[in-house]
Amino acid sequence: MKFLDEYRDAGLARQFARELHRVTTRPWKIMEICGGQTHAIVKFGIDELLPEEITLIHGPGCPVCVTPLEMIDKALEIAARPNVIFTSFGDMLRVPGSATDLLSVKAKGGDVRIVYSPLDAVKLAEQNPAKEIVFFGVGFETTAPATAMAIHQAARKNLGNFSMLVSHVLVPPAIETLMSSPNCRVQGFLAAGHVCTVMGFEEYFPIAKKCRVPIVVTGFEPLDILQGVLMTVQQLESGRAEVENQYARSVRREGNQPAQELIKKIFKVVPRKWRGIGEIPQSGLGLNDEYAAFDAGEKFGVAESRVEESSECLSGLVLQGQIKPHECPAFGVKCTPERPLGAPMVSGEGACAAYYRYRRQPDPLAGK
Amino acid sequence: MSSQKPVEFSGACPVPISQYPHILLAHGGGGRLMHQLIGRMFLEAFRNPLLETRHDAAVMELTGKKIAFTTDSYVVHPLFFPGGDIGSMAVHGTVNDLAMTGARPLYLSSAFIIEEGLPMETLWKVVCSMRDAAKKCGVQIVTGDTKVVDKGKGDGLFINTAGVGIIEHEQKIAPQNARPGDVILVNGDVGRHGMAIMALREGLEFESKIESDSAPVADAVLELLRAGIEIHCLRDLTRGGLTSALNEISEAANLTLLVEEKLIPVREDVHAACEMLGLDPLQVACEGRFAAFIPERDAGRALAILRALSDGSKACVIGKAAGGHPAKVLLKSAIGVQRILDMAGGEQLPRIC
Repeated sequence: MKFLDEYRDAGLARQFARELHRVTTRPWKIMEICGGQTHAIVKFGIDELLPEEITLIHGPGCPVCVTPLEMIDKALEIAARPNVIFTSFGDMLRVPGSATDLLSVKAKGGDVRIVYSPLDAVKLAEQNPAKEIVFFGVGFETTAPATAMAIHQAARKNLGNFSMLVSHVLVPPAIETLMSSPNCRVQGFLAAGHVCTVMGFEEYFPIAKKCRVPIVVTGFEPLDILQGVLMTVQQLESGRAEVENQYARSVRREGNQPAQELIKKIFKVVPRKWRGIGEIPQSGLGLNDEYAAFDAGEKFGVAESRVEESSECLSGLVLQGQIKPHECPAFGVKCTPERPLGAPMVSGEGACAAYYRYRRQPDPLAGK
Repeated sequence: MSSQKPVEFSGACPVPISQYPHILLAHGGGGRLMHQLIGRMFLEAFRNPLLETRHDAAVMELTGKKIAFTTDSYVVHPLFFPGGDIGSMAVHGTVNDLAMTGARPLYLSSAFIIEEGLPMETLWKVVCSMRDAAKKCGVQIVTGDTKVVDKGKGDGLFINTAGVGIIEHEQKIAPQNARPGDVILVNGDVGRHGMAIMALREGLEFESKIESDSAPVADAVLELLRAGIEIHCLRDLTRGGLTSALNEISEAANLTLLVEEKLIPVREDVHAACEMLGLDPLQVACEGRFAAFIPERDAGRALAILRALSDGSKACVIGKAAGGHPAKVLLKSAIGVQRILDMAGGEQLPRIC
């Protein structure tokens, strides 16, 4: 397919791999932030082309995976109410809350619908004035402009029956938190190309300097990722810690400014709990006071609860890059995509689901 | 029958399925959840040698003749879509299930479950479409049933068809019969039906219209048999797409299958739509496509026959069955690295970003 096949060329992939073998002289641990990249790495087998000195650590960049349990429980509570049409992106539907998931709420009669854009939820609100339409706004900076646009439009159209459960998260604070952890083994980052398409990469300069790590803005196709890894290794081998842009065909240093302005208009930066990691200051987006009327949590009066994660799920360690998914004892045994213990086994972008789908041994019980 | 105890869901019966207390849509999605439901509930309860072959149709001997028998229900929404409608699909789907045993389809039943309020005009259009499809497939609709349910209790129209065909060859075509060394053919590009429905249902506007691949394949199979091609296994690529079909055969025959991503034909617009929605075209349903497992020596002739048929120009070899390995399907990715090709858990869900 045009504009894709060019970036999936087996011959060029091997050339990048050869170059990586040539420049790598010692072990390096590189984290790809974005779940989309994790998925591509495992799907195409990109890591198998790398020199054995290079370890890719799969980062927390799957919005579904890091959405806190409390927020999912709120969603489940709202979705089960009568007269509510609860809308969400598809992969949120199977994420387990503390007792159930949205698909099960739907099976019991809740009106839960998949939408492809938050604007579709706004349309539903216009078409169903007697119903309450709630959108589950999750995602990184990539989807934040679309979510912001939905609120903007709903406000302009005076849609009193539209509201949103906002659980947006921001990448740079997460990188800083990871780097400040004493267990952190990461020596270089592939920053998420789509996030930077919106936000640019100015924010990464202070982080690269402060934490002394190379950060390479990287795309999502196999050749993008191989080149991103190569650029990171070249920096590491030569003792540099700079911000570079591999994904120049999409990302500009200043990003997409109208999108950023819209985000700023609708949202404010708030502290946010990340599932598996904990609360990170200044790492989330919440509605600005001016748009508080669209806050579904407030509107439906769902209380903030403290809930415990399953003790068998080690997704926190996976999301922090401290273990690989298959090193979790529950992986493929108690935790499968049909019955996930934790969110990374649910989303297509979750590291556990990617390993299960593409790396699982034929009999998951063998040898356990 | 009456002396038998009813099935009890005791500890011996592994229910609830996957610990789900309710049926989810995903239990009908063609992926692993559906296979668990069939394997643990239906197969357990109805166990018999014919059912256990888990073929698209059961093959039985009646008074010296070999008969294939199958049934399928059609619940597609919307009822009309580019490239077909629920009526033609209800004929093609059942004819194709019969064809997967190498049978010549002969007779169909047709049961209509109609929602109160369905425009008569709509029903007539569907019935005409079934009539035309049946004629094209050389089958007769010889018995049927009509039920009407309250408004809101159905989605316009559901159709069930059952089919009977006759097997006029001596070959044993079954999932268990795929053999090491077999090459795997498909009769055309994959994933078109599912994406045609998805695009329409979700109101996705693509530049080009993706039309369903819904079509009868019995003629193609009979043509292969007539030419003396040795066929070990056939499977239509319906729900769960190519991925589910290959995994089912791999499991039934206890074989490792090797396929190459680059060899699998996917139309560009289908591929683009899948990329956009985060779907895997290899998991998307087809309604006029099948995979055939045949000895390598027959591959050239088989391809020539399939390619000469209408809509068969993309027929090709996509991989082979290896020997002496456990059941698994391996895919050589576009950049040349091997990974497993696993069937989806439930329904394919569009991704976030």
